[in-house]
Amino acid sequence: MSLQLILFILFGTIAAVSSVLMITRTNALISALFLILNFAGLSGLYLTLNAQFIAVTQIIVYAGAIMVLFLFVIMLLKPEHEKYFSHQPKLKIFAFFIAFIVFIQLVFMILVSHPSQGNNANVAASVKSGTIEEIGKQLYTNYVLPFETAGYLLLAATIGAIVLAKKKFE
Amino acid sequence: MVQLIYLTTLLPLLGFLFNGLFGSKIKNEKIIGIIGSSTIGISFLIVVGAFFQTLSMPVDQRQTIVNLFTWIKVGNLDVNVSYQVDQLSLLMGLIVTGVGFIIHVYSIGYMHGDKGFGRFFAYLNLFIFAMMNLVLGSNFLLLFLGWEGVGLCSYLLIGFWYDRKFEKSTTSDAAKKAFIVNRIGDFGFLLGIFLIYLTFGSLNFNDVFARAASLNIPQYVFNFIALFLFIGAMGKSAQIPLYIWLPDAMAGPTPVSALIHAATMVTAGVYMVARCSIIYASAPAIMEFVAIIGALTAIFAASIALVQNDIKKVLAYSTVSQLGYMFLALGVGAFSAALFHVMTHAFFKALLFLGAGSVIHGMHDEQNIQNYGGLKKYMPKTYVTFLIASLAIAGIPPLSGFFSKDEILWSSYADGNIIYWLIGVVTALLTAFYMFRLVSLTFDGKERFGHDKHPHESPAVMTIPLIILAVLAAVGGFIGIPEIFSGEHGNQFDNWLEPIFQPAQAKIAMFGVHSSLEEIVLMVVTLVGVIGSIYAARYIYIKNIKPAEKLSKRFNGVYNLLLNKYYVDEIYDASVVTPIVKGSEIVLWKFADIKIIDGLINGVANLIEKISGSIRKIQTGVAQFYALIMMLGIVAALFWIILSL
Amino acid sequence: MSVPIEYYLILSGFMFLVGVAGVLTRRNAIIVFMSIELMLNSANLSLVTFSSYMGNSTGQLFVFFVMTVAAAEAAVGLAIILAMFRNKLTLNIDDINILKW
Repeated sequence: MSLQLILFILFGTIAAVSSVLMITRTNALISALFLILNFAGLSGLYLTLNAQFIAVTQIIVYAGAIMVLFLFVIMLLKPEHEKYFSHQPKLKIFAFFIAFIVFIQLVFMILVSHPSQGNNANVAASVKSGTIEEIGKQLYTNYVLPFETAGYLLLAATIGAIVLAKKKFE
Repeated sequence: MVQLIYLTTLLPLLGFLFNGLFGSKIKNEKIIGIIGSSTIGISFLIVVGAFFQTLSMPVDQRQTIVNLFTWIKVGNLDVNVSYQVDQLSLLMGLIVTGVGFIIHVYSIGYMHGDKGFGRFFAYLNLFIFAMMNLVLGSNFLLLFLGWEGVGLCSYLLIGFWYDRKFEKSTTSDAAKKAFIVNRIGDFGFLLGIFLIYLTFGSLNFNDVFARAASLNIPQYVFNFIALFLFIGAMGKSAQIPLYIWLPDAMAGPTPVSALIHAATMVTAGVYMVARCSIIYASAPAIMEFVAIIGALTAIFAASIALVQNDIKKVLAYSTVSQLGYMFLALGVGAFSAALFHVMTHAFFKALLFLGAGSVIHGMHDEQNIQNYGGLKKYMPKTYVTFLIASLAIAGIPPLSGFFSKDEILWSSYADGNIIYWLIGVVTALLTAFYMFRLVSLTFDGKERFGHDKHPHESPAVMTIPLIILAVLAAVGGFIGIPEIFSGEHGNQFDNWLEPIFQPAQAKIAMFGVHSSLEEIVLMVVTLVGVIGSIYAARYIYIKNIKPAEKLSKRFNGVYNLLLNKYYVDEIYDASVVTPIVKGSEIVLWKFADIKIIDGLINGVANLIEKISGSIRKIQTGVAQFYALIMMLGIVAALFWIILSL
Repeated sequence: MSVPIEYYLILSGFMFLVGVAGVLTRRNAIIVFMSIELMLNSANLSLVTFSSYMGNSTGQLFVFFVMTVAAAEAAVGLAIILAMFRNKLTLNIDDINILKW
């Protein structure tokens, strides 16, 4: 029972349960809060995997920026509370069934392919590679082009969002 | 000059293009007329030059082939555009370009003021182009090209005044009738050509005729080839049963009737049979058939001409009858006699038609001879030339018609049957009678036209051609004086053509020798009968018409039968034309086209519409539905991956 | 690493399919968007797992860019929802069916 396993079970349960709860609530605000909880669990999982930079970024970007945006929109639009199985229940049950089938298939494929055999986990290297220095070094030497392009993408998204959400011209 | 013979077809073609493209823009009739006529005039001079050049060659080397270019070269079929300049084609070429030139000049005056002046000369030039190809061609394919070409020009020119009414229908109907009936004949002709290629392996005249003379080919093949070729001749040269288009072709302008339906196109069939003489000589049964058809046509058409009242109709039936004479001559083996009659008939029949045109022109488009009478003092030149032509066609010596017709009658007695001779003589008597009925009712006697008509003589551009043709009709016969008068080998015409027909004559079994006394006796008998007919006609139609009227009343049925042309057109209409038209309408149009073909196309369209109508319901517009379908796809893909693991 | 890699991967797959179920069944447009974010995060988890177990940082760099794109997409998507809401005054996806046949 190593520490990693315990932490995995803890954070994993938080992530899984909060995700299920997120999709089943009627109140949109509650759903958003559960998603934030999910992100927190994910961040913990990243820490158990020695990915420090990603864990921090997850909290800052996702939980801090994106979810705040969602919350603003929800509170702006005040959506109605919908009953879950009120409309076309047959279709929804069919959708759950399909998702379940795919889950079984994925699990089967993962287990059949035995990824942990033959690949010894490289702990030391993974510790080193998850640090922010290493990420920074890679980002500015090998991956500088995608980095700059991501900047342009964000610029375009900003302009797009402003134009789309603007009130009409008087 | 012989090598330049291709100019005789090229120049008329250029004339056609020029007058056809620019004729409506050049309003000057003189220029159009001069260009149209001079192309034919130059062609005539070239043919004359080639004629004299050939005359200076030794007798057995008189055939020259002028090769222009290769036309079709596929497998074993090797056909060139090449012209064969020999005695027969030169003779036909002289007739076509000579008489053609005279008629072109005449048309300048006749068609004066017509709004289609340029178009007329363009079509006439095109006709000469096609006809020269027909007579000069050295293979069956070029001959067939000219054959079809003259048929086309006949259609274009008969329907020239396309907005005029003609009898019970329009001129276009007459043109269509000519073309369709010709087509029926052409079908037979094509079958003949196919059979020739199949049997002899070539379409070249020299090859085919050499092989026909030497190879051992079964009799029935020759019979079929000769029969099919003759069906083509029946259509083009207006024999029974395909003569019905020629009287209707009188809907066209008179120069057209003169050129195409008297002098040249209708003799194409005679030319073709003469050219293929060796094939016919090898099929005696078909030659018999040709002679029978010729004789029957001659007397049949002459009987109809007796009672017709339209001046051009009389001449049309007369043409059919004379063509019957030519085929009678061909059928009994007198090939050069037939061609002699072609030449003299071109002279006097063209003259008759042009004279009729002059009368019609002077009487302001009145064509019924019952409304003529006493015109000889208004149109003296027309009267004299018309009279000369009528004497020629009746067979009065020393005019040309006497020599040619007499030779035919003698050949039909000597080489054929006495029945042929009898039919020929009766036809000659009828010919003399109806021709002088025509002359008497038109030019002699009392004037029967109203005072609104002011008949006048035609201008010089129309009368000079008449005079030229009259001279030719008068003296043209002297080159073919029969041997009893001119001695051994004295018949220049026969001598000229002899090398062409020598292989055929060798195959025909010649019956015994007849004495010259028999020939002179028959000649005198015919002559007496003809003179008697002429006097009878003049008496009845000038002085005392009562016998004719009494005869027509007593035999009223026969009179009506003749007047209505034996109801042949009506019989054809009821038995052939109407069933085909009705059948096409009911079976082919209403059923096959509308129900089956349209139904098929519309059915396919309907099917696609129904299928797409049901498939479109998938597009619900709700994005989640699409995502669900995508998940189904992912399920399937993952199954596939799992199964392949 | 004492935790076998399969555990992380199965958790990632589970979160992904929860997101799929959310997309397919919810009618509220904003919830659908959040489910899509969930799906993206599950992919991120998978990438980081592999990066950690392989010992190089390629996966984590990829996650970096995925996060960037997710942020941009969330912004634009919410702007679209705002514009749609102004036109139709409803967030119900079933009512936004202009592309229906």
